[in-house]
Amino acid sequence: MSQFTKPTDENDVSDLIRKVGEVNASLEIVGGGTQRQIGRPTQNAVIMSTEMLRGVTLYEPTELVISALAGTPLATIETELGKQNQQLAFEPVKLGNIFNGGARASGDAQAPQPTVGSVFATNSSGPRRVYAGAARDHLLGIRAVNGRGEIFKSGGRVMKNVTGYDLCKVMAGSWGTLSALTEVTMKVLPKPEETGTLVICGLTDEMANEVLCAAMSTPFEVSGCVHMQKGMATRLDHHSLGGVDSALAVVMGDSITALRVENISSSVAYRMSQLRRRFGAFGDILELDNTSSLTFWNKLQNLEFLQVGDGAVWRISTAPKSGHRVVRMISEFMPCHATYDWSGGLIWLELPEAANDGGAAEIRRVVATVGGHATLIRATPAVRGAVDVFQPLEKGLMRLSRDIKSTYDPHGVLNPGRMYADF
Amino acid sequence: MSAIELIEADPVVVARRHEIVIALTERVGPGCIISDEDGRRAFDTDAFTAYRRMPLAVVLPTTTKEVSDVLAYCYEHGVRVIPRGAGTSLCGGALPAEDAIVIGVSKMNQVLDINFDNRTARVQTGITNLGISNAVAGDRYFYAPDPSSQLACTLAGNLGMNSGGAHCLKYGVTSNNVLGMKIVLMTGEVIDIGGDELDAPGYDFLGMIIGAEGQFGIATEATVRILKMAEGARPVLLGFDSAEQAGACVSAIIAAGIIPVAIEYMDRPAIKVCEAYAKAGYPLDVEAMLIVEVEGAEQEIEHLLKRITDIVDTFNPKVVRTSQSDEESAAIWKGRKAAFGAVGQIADYLCMDGTIPLSTLPRVLAGISSICKSYGFQVANIFHAGDGNLHPLILYNANEPGELERAEACGADILKLCVEVGGCLTGEHGVGIEKRDLMTVQFSAVDLAQQMRLKDVFDPSWLLNPGKVFPLDLSQAA
Repeated sequence: MSQFTKPTDENDVSDLIRKVGEVNASLEIVGGGTQRQIGRPTQNAVIMSTEMLRGVTLYEPTELVISALAGTPLATIETELGKQNQQLAFEPVKLGNIFNGGARASGDAQAPQPTVGSVFATNSSGPRRVYAGAARDHLLGIRAVNGRGEIFKSGGRVMKNVTGYDLCKVMAGSWGTLSALTEVTMKVLPKPEETGTLVICGLTDEMANEVLCAAMSTPFEVSGCVHMQKGMATRLDHHSLGGVDSALAVVMGDSITALRVENISSSVAYRMSQLRRRFGAFGDILELDNTSSLTFWNKLQNLEFLQVGDGAVWRISTAPKSGHRVVRMISEFMPCHATYDWSGGLIWLELPEAANDGGAAEIRRVVATVGGHATLIRATPAVRGAVDVFQPLEKGLMRLSRDIKSTYDPHGVLNPGRMYADF
Repeated sequence: MSAIELIEADPVVVARRHEIVIALTERVGPGCIISDEDGRRAFDTDAFTAYRRMPLAVVLPTTTKEVSDVLAYCYEHGVRVIPRGAGTSLCGGALPAEDAIVIGVSKMNQVLDINFDNRTARVQTGITNLGISNAVAGDRYFYAPDPSSQLACTLAGNLGMNSGGAHCLKYGVTSNNVLGMKIVLMTGEVIDIGGDELDAPGYDFLGMIIGAEGQFGIATEATVRILKMAEGARPVLLGFDSAEQAGACVSAIIAAGIIPVAIEYMDRPAIKVCEAYAKAGYPLDVEAMLIVEVEGAEQEIEHLLKRITDIVDTFNPKVVRTSQSDEESAAIWKGRKAAFGAVGQIADYLCMDGTIPLSTLPRVLAGISSICKSYGFQVANIFHAGDGNLHPLILYNANEPGELERAEACGADILKLCVEVGGCLTGEHGVGIEKRDLMTVQFSAVDLAQQMRLKDVFDPSWLLNPGKVFPLDLSQAA
């Protein structure tokens, strides 16, 4: 049974990490706990919760910057930003939603929420990544404690900063294996005045891929570019989509391809008309107004097209043009449901009948052929303990990764084994 | 005698020069090596010209394999290596050492592949920044980061310094626009990272290496994002009686939810020099000028500019002039982009590169003015106002003994002020040798140790681009 502790400040975090290191034990870093089921299953003597490290420490709306302690709930940040009509432009996806016991499964508003630290530790980026960049692109500064128990900082609170090495990026997507984040400083952006969405119904994956790539090659700053196979599209609760209820209800039995534009109202109207002109002939068209658009993209950010449960879910990153090819090749081996985000370059793949390895062998073989990488986001602990959850790296990169881990965390205190089996 | 201490050459390595040149020639052929004194002199400095050191030899490889062979030799024989793009660094990032060889990537300048569906271009890193945009401009695409030196600087240098530019307020800097790299480590090992996909697996190696000032490896190829050009773009020129008004106006535009593609600020001395040089029609009777540019279709531009000028009107501007033609837009930008060259025609200058929180602009400008006055120097300020990146140009006379040292001391005081108000030492030029000794102003010993450990991972013997980024007493003890 692990010991559960809640340090109250970064000095506490430092003391704790030192102490755990001194007895050659290890520690799991937990924010809201929503993503604990992702990664290789591990056993640690101590569970360190960041929940006492909470609060916005700086917010300057006109400088487009906000800082918060790492355990601050993401929802708190979003609320604060919302008061100034601003947002995190990279639109972090709520991965925790797809697990049994997650906020969506329990329907409980009090259910655990992801923390802002976890957003960066997992480099969680949603549909707008394709236009506005990933979480790592919006991380301006950090304070953190390494595995030696040393408190360090990198970056700062200004938008442009090349002073010294960029240790912020090192932290982004490191899943708590290198240091414990204690404070993060983020770039924020204004919320768009208006959002419009063009939905094209009934496209095959291949046709949709053409549309997605072509849409991103227009000058209209398409900021969301997804295709959902019909099995997944039907899971969006279309009744909550506002003014287009009945129309969507009709088409929700089909695949949907959605393109988003955001800007001042007059621009959105213009850009929607241009997109309709270019892509209107591909299939039945629906236009979502501002309210419906916000609801729709929020559902995507919440991954509502994925079923809650414990079946295998993969996140595959590939060249946008190759997305449908990857899925077609995998579907030759096993049934799957796919949603393509990022213009086709990000695939959320559900495998209802995956083999004992969660489909790892076939998926990794396909990805090796086409290019890209695959992460097993959801599977039972047994499966996650048996296969590589994160994409195995080429020899040189794996060696560098191991060396980086050992210089940040020489005693293997922080989340050991979560990303890779041996460090 | 200059103020910045340079690393001492190892006489043993210097004495082996002949043998090293022969070994390198065997690896790249005589056409790719420069060993005569006149030839080497062309590489003895970069755009931080006050400092010069003659390298042992200059190697200009044509393939990744050659880069790898040369690095493997240098690793085995303990020879230091200075990676070089076009040598446009303003902070001595490509300054050689007398016991080091320069590896320049300028011959590796080809576009390898363009994929409009994936919106990527695979290029060799010796290509110029503008060369990438030119290669895809026919299809109305561009590569977004646009440093002022974009005509000359290479992608390799941009990767080293994580270069920005006037338009990065909207489009981001180099690290936000690179998806893949082929990098040669000091041992000669070749590592491929990322590709056409929008993220790479595992730790963020691209993020680590971009901006590491060439100290982790030499990038020979990269996959960069290319973006579709906007349908059009147009700047508006704004003139104000004070820095306070101009700064407050920028804040108000952003507070209204408008992120223009660029917001450039110039003070009176900068306006005067640039106008004399470029005849851009800049107002000469204002204390502060802003160039605010928006993009989109014609009707979108008009709508956005109307919103911006409505906001601007509440700040009592002296001049509001919207560009009426492509020629006028080009002239407005020509003046700004020529700023460094224009100032260079009237005096020697040191270009500072701090970043500050926008709200501190009036305080910082007043501080800069009084610092420069106390040293007896004139200063012109150019500022990427949207992202807080400030370029004070300290005007001095290099022929006057002692002036360079005083100008450097003046610059150091300015950068300390930037850190003091919550900013940083360098926004886009890099640390190089210039700001190396100021790193302790911004970072604690633990912060710096954490950075240097990463250097240990990539280059344990510290042979790559030595004597830069960290104070010498720290890096030489490493």
